[in-house]
Amino acid sequence: MCLAIPGKVIKIKENDIADVEIGGIVREVGLHLAPETKEGDYVLVHAGYAIQTIDEEAARETLKLWEELGIVETP
Amino acid sequence: MRHLSEYRDPALAKKFIEEIRKVSHKKISLMEVCGTHTVAISKNGIRQVLPEKITLLSGPGCPVCVTANRDLDKAIAIAQEPGVILTTFGDMMKVPGSHSSLAREKAEGVDIRMVYSTLDALGIAENNPNKKVVFFGVGFETTSPTVALSIIEAERRGLKNYSVLVRHKVIPPAMIALLSLGEVRIDGFICPGHVSTIIGSLPYEPIAAEGIPCVIGGFEPLDILQSILMLTKQIENGESCVEIQYSRSVRPRGNEIALQTLDKVFKLADADWRGIGIIPESGHALREEYAAFDADRTFKVDIPPPKEAQGCSCGEILRGVKFPHECKLFGKACTPEAPVGPCMVSSEGSCAAYYRYGK
Ligand code: SF4
Repeated sequence: MCLAIPGKVIKIKENDIADVEIGGIVREVGLHLAPETKEGDYVLVHAGYAIQTIDEEAARETLKLWEELGIVETP
Repeated sequence: MRHLSEYRDPALAKKFIEEIRKVSHKKISLMEVCGTHTVAISKNGIRQVLPEKITLLSGPGCPVCVTANRDLDKAIAIAQEPGVILTTFGDMMKVPGSHSSLAREKAEGVDIRMVYSTLDALGIAENNPNKKVVFFGVGFETTSPTVALSIIEAERRGLKNYSVLVRHKVIPPAMIALLSLGEVRIDGFICPGHVSTIIGSLPYEPIAAEGIPCVIGGFEPLDILQSILMLTKQIENGESCVEIQYSRSVRPRGNEIALQTLDKVFKLADADWRGIGIIPESGHALREEYAAFDADRTFKVDIPPPKEAQGCSCGEILRGVKFPHECKLFGKACTPEAPVGPCMVSSEGSCAAYYRYGK
């Protein structure tokens, strides 16, 4: 039940509601808990609300760290 | 899909498993607290590929499963009151209470509606001004801020026919309770990624201070393997701290707006956990200012004393004392088609995960 799925914010509309694309489907999602969200950001969506914006830099760092561990071959 | 597929590469998983084998010497038990982790671990066969010395235990992290029968019985009794529409998340529907389930009551004509979001419950309240719409609020810190928002929003819209039966739970006190029960050895916790997205890493510091390493992990196979590697390293090095593997989503202070929203509407309260019992300050109650939205105050229903399903070991499974296949009924009298206990009903229950994917 704590499942949250990443989606891309397509359009921010009125009253903190945004159109978010989740796996090819566009859904209305509340941004009340993540008001700093901008169009183009990736957010984690849970029960109709974005609960956090995904930190793109941290995501890249994770992948880079794996690279440095020798776990990922450098492309 | 971005932020999913790059964390699923099987070749990378192999390298992680080799790394884990390299650093693992001691026999250790790690507990994944979250039901979403339990499912991901089973689905990806992670238990089978780990060194034998590492045991993964599943904890009390399925919100539906830890809901006590008494609370479910009360939700059913409220749903049966005249003029009530009971709304809840789909996961709760089929869970058996002492005498019935919400799904069975619905089939018998009681007005119970599944919603995807608390916003939908508000919509139902708006469209049915002559009915009393009650939301059965079950879930951990990932979910409870969305329930808090619905109450703030109901107040803003002036809705007088919306209330919540608040039965959320707060995870860290349950982890501490399991440690103090001392029934199972837990050498480290894989902490729940989405709960921690809200609460951050700080609430686990007291656990690490007791010598139990904590790693907040994501839900993709490589996230889980890396979390296991991080925990194994800490344990092998005699360290114990809180680390965030799932850094693309979890900040040390969590989501401060969500935490403020929670704090505005709810205060901490004791909560009844299936299999564990009452844990102090491990749940929520509405603050006085929001008493008008409190279904516990609006509805005075009589419920008979709760009854547990005969032979069901969910309580022990939720405490990590037993594995699902150690229950006598597992896969025989109890299957997802004919579940005896909540751990087999919920898609995140340990019994359902073990049944569907093997260990
Ligand atoms: S297998 Fe069924 S009866 Fe046994 S513990 Fe799991 S849910 Fe309960």
